Amino acid sequence: MKNVRTPLYLAFGLAMAVMPQFLNMYWVDVLNNVGLYAILALSLNLILGHAGLFHMGHAAFYAVGAYTTAVLNTTYHIPILWLLPVSGVLAALFAVVVARPIIHLRGDYLLIVTIGIVEIVRIALINNVFGLTGGANGIFGISRPELFGLKIRRPHEFYYYIWMFAAVTVYLFHRLENSRFGRALNYIKEDEVAAQGSGINTAHYKLIAFVIGAFWAGMAGNIFASKMTIISPESFSFWESVILFTIVILGGSGSIRGVILGSFLIIGLPELFRGFASARMLVFGAAMMAMMVFRTEGILPPLPRVYPLDKLIKGGRA
Amino acid sequence: MEEFFQQLTNGLAVGGIYALIALGYTMVYGVLKLINFAHGDLFTIGAYLGLTLLTSLGLVDRFGPVIGVLLLAVMVMGLVAVIGGLLERVAYRPLRTSPRLSAVVSALGASIFFQNAVMLIYGARFQVYPHNILPKVMVPVFGLEIPLIRIMMFATSVVLMLGLYFFIQKTRIGTAIRAAAIDQGAAKLMGINVDRVILIVFLIGPALGGAAGLMVGLYYGQINFTMGWVYGLKAFTAAILGGIGNIPGAMVGGLLLGVIEALGAAYISIAWKDAIAFCVLILILIIRPTGLLGERVAEKV
Repeated sequence: MKNVRTPLYLAFGLAMAVMPQFLNMYWVDVLNNVGLYAILALSLNLILGHAGLFHMGHAAFYAVGAYTTAVLNTTYHIPILWLLPVSGVLAALFAVVVARPIIHLRGDYLLIVTIGIVEIVRIALINNVFGLTGGANGIFGISRPELFGLKIRRPHEFYYYIWMFAAVTVYLFHRLENSRFGRALNYIKEDEVAAQGSGINTAHYKLIAFVIGAFWAGMAGNIFASKMTIISPESFSFWESVILFTIVILGGSGSIRGVILGSFLIIGLPELFRGFASARMLVFGAAMMAMMVFRTEGILPPLPRVYPLDKLIKGGRA
Repeated sequence: MEEFFQQLTNGLAVGGIYALIALGYTMVYGVLKLINFAHGDLFTIGAYLGLTLLTSLGLVDRFGPVIGVLLLAVMVMGLVAVIGGLLERVAYRPLRTSPRLSAVVSALGASIFFQNAVMLIYGARFQVYPHNILPKVMVPVFGLEIPLIRIMMFATSVVLMLGLYFFIQKTRIGTAIRAAAIDQGAAKLMGINVDRVILIVFLIGPALGGAAGLMVGLYYGQINFTMGWVYGLKAFTAAILGGIGNIPGAMVGGLLLGVIEALGAAYISIAWKDAIAFCVLILILIIRPTGLLGERVAEKV
């Protein structure tokens, strides 16, 4: 099984590595957006796909990260890459504060509360909260990331920056989903009561899932801010959260390859449909319905976990 | 005090609209456990169909404002109900047994589809309802001058809600809907055709949403193809506020949300109007995790 798939993944990696050489600036930029959404969707996948929490407010964490970067960079001129972890930490702190009191809500109640949080964040940004966020116009003049004296500026350079980050994200989240923590989250998703009965502190694990997801979304916000150099509240609307939500469910919730495929489809397809001109979102909506009707589990649902017996027995302990 | 009561009545009128839309969400949720994100767009379609029928048929000129608007409402509700039924057949029935969130994404797809269909047909600009449909009369109520249309809006939504309440509580079909909401499997064993019940729910909910769309068109005078998102989200909030799946809950939640918004906009800050509504929602859910009238559901083990 694994032997068939490994060459496929390698081929995909190789194709992605040489892709920018054959594409013009426009398409490279489209792929950059795909990569950014893939990073965000992977971080949402931990909360929505693995822990099974109905979370439709991921753009709030993304916004906190992006605005942290923008404010600290434009007022104190701290280099962008230094702010990468800082943005993550602030987004994670924000997640602790907002998720702690609502973590016990059941399914759809949690859904509307997360929508509420993303709307409150957006309105707060528009109303120039604390006099920091620049109101509806946002913040401009964010500097570019600089790596070992090399300034990342052109779409081709951003392509490698974003997709390298995406590759690291895939690796780390792959490790996470196969860890004790990942299994605990899956248990909570399948049967919360049984998980609790087996000694899993469900509220604690759910909160940790939120915090990790928010940390990663905050870092994606940093990349977004340095890529655009100008950010405004409209980039972090409820619609953005809906897109991320759709990517995860449509691709296959809980499946890394599904989520990446989902980002290509949701961000890339509307570009391909440009031929339909103004009807392209109409076609897109119909395509979304059709895909869900024909592949109800998502396009690439997660594979069942495999526990090879020989490996388990060899060490004596699992 | 004058302003307080003006805002209160305004909030109740808007809240009535929220409640009508929220009923569609809550009924569908009650039977299918599905959040029908396309419901807000059915409301938009109601508003646009109302405009088309109003300008093309000239019902108001022919029958006078009262009967004309009533006929119009019946036609709009019928048409939107048919669209709702079709939506259920195409987008939701194939997903009956699949994971719950798959149906949510299908609903989001349907929402995008409807929204863009309306935009392609009518254009992206605001459309304006004719001004002279309903008389602009102020009615004195307890020493306050209140626009007649506001009272009519509130009265209409209350009548529709009471009608629905008695339909659900007193008729055979209503009993079947309640049974299917409690336990679909058991309802089937009792000889209830659950597929038909779901179809009926998808006729009633959109019909009420369509009526709300027409009312918004008549009250505010202008409509836009994206307004379904805004009203849909508010109504969904209202349904959750009252406890989703609970029909009186949706009514209470809608009216309460309308009043909170109107008073919040008047006394706290108009720029924070939407945020205030969500803050109240979050606070209420922290205290009562299943909404105001939602029952405490014990986890099945």
